[in-house]
Amino acid sequence: MAEADSRSMIRLCRLNKHFGRHHVLKDIDLDVAAGEVLTIIGPSGSGKSTLLRCINYLEVPESGEIWIDGALAYRDGSGGHFRGHSGSRVAAVRAKIGMVFQQFNLFPHLTALENVMEGPLTVLRRPRREAIAAARELLSQVGLSDRADYFPEELSGGQAQRVAIARALAMGPKVMLFDEATSALDPELVGEVLAVMRNLAGGGMTMVVVTHEMGFARQVSDRVIFMDDGRVSESGTPDTLFTHPQNPRTQDFLRAILQH
Amino acid sequence: MPYFDVGVALDNLGRLGEGLGFTVLLTVIVMALSLVVALLVALGRMARLAVLRWPMTAYVEVIRNTPLLLQLYYFFFVLPYVGIKLDGFTAAVLALTLNYSAYMSEVYRSGIQAIAKGQHDAAHALGMTFLQTFRRIVLPQAIRIVIPGLGNYFISLFKDTALCSIAGVAEVMFTAKTITAVNYQYFTIYTVCFAFYFIVAFPAARFVNYLERTMKGGYARRRLAHG
Repeated sequence: MAEADSRSMIRLCRLNKHFGRHHVLKDIDLDVAAGEVLTIIGPSGSGKSTLLRCINYLEVPESGEIWIDGALAYRDGSGGHFRGHSGSRVAAVRAKIGMVFQQFNLFPHLTALENVMEGPLTVLRRPRREAIAAARELLSQVGLSDRADYFPEELSGGQAQRVAIARALAMGPKVMLFDEATSALDPELVGEVLAVMRNLAGGGMTMVVVTHEMGFARQVSDRVIFMDDGRVSESGTPDTLFTHPQNPRTQDFLRAILQH
Repeated sequence: MPYFDVGVALDNLGRLGEGLGFTVLLTVIVMALSLVVALLVALGRMARLAVLRWPMTAYVEVIRNTPLLLQLYYFFFVLPYVGIKLDGFTAAVLALTLNYSAYMSEVYRSGIQAIAKGQHDAAHALGMTFLQTFRRIVLPQAIRIVIPGLGNYFISLFKDTALCSIAGVAEVMFTAKTITAVNYQYFTIYTVCFAFYFIVAFPAARFVNYLERTMKGGYARRRLAHG
């Protein structure tokens, strides 16, 4: 049984997940320290997104353990507490974790400001005035003060994704998960989103980033892991992993992706 | 006799008007009940628990695959026979609500299922519970989708209340029948009936069309409309 280490923000132990007969995550062990920026790279279908989604329970693993900030968040056979996708216990764990999606998933019926306020109002039960002030502050942090009253349909992809980041930050999360946050963006809009992520990393946020942006992985992350076929097949600092990959699969992947 | 008699029409306008008022009342009561019942049925049909899902599905299928007129007959003539005695108005309200809730639950269901999975993911990731996600995120978006569909059922219900005339519910059709049974002025009385239904239903249908067009526009229109 794993002990929660005080410096460990996320700890996954022997995590397994199937989709039907497909074994997506195979005995994953992973530790993310407080303040660490971890990047996950790997071919599509290797389980990167599923791993990320398991951390905040959007996918429920079949076995293993998940510890978040020293507290047990999931253990197989732990009874009804962790079943289902939306019980109040699960919700409490999720409130500590911010997530940013490839398709932004902003709420289309709410303005940018209302999107950012939604979590604090509904989940944290903050007073409205306080939530508005905090949301304005966050929008200005991501450079979108002038878009507060715009609806998502009126925003560019880059702006929408920055609102989505502000929405996640509004919950005061201890961890931020990025699930291919820039993959759906036009190339000229990627930079503005990466800049916001860079700022967050610089501010000491614990981040787990699934990305195809190798430049970002190299410059910003403290550690890079390469996932292949449901396992973490290589792990190291960006320098060692990008310049001296050990695993032949990592070498192939990097060669293919860095060629263009 | 085969001509429209203005005098007769004017003489009976009051009684027919009362009947029309009763038709509208019946429509509004049934619609209000059905809006709530249908949503509950839709939720039941989408529930993870089979105990909830199965009976709801059976109910919807039975209603959708039998004639409304027959369902009304059951409430008016069969239930009293087995000892459940309801007055005509109550029986009409129950039978119509049962029928319309089944159809309208399908409208709700398609609206709710049209909300992308990413919306649920985003709400859950913020720590919202199932109920919070439904109330704050899914329902507000689904309502926009279902309003035109529900509006069409509202109009169709208004016309279907005429079927209740078989059991002496004093709506406009039954009133017309009662009048013609005495004066035999079929042409005049039923033409006035036509006019009455049309005068109410036509503007209502235009309004539903208008809603449909509005709902198709993006959310930003709301802001533009308010300046």
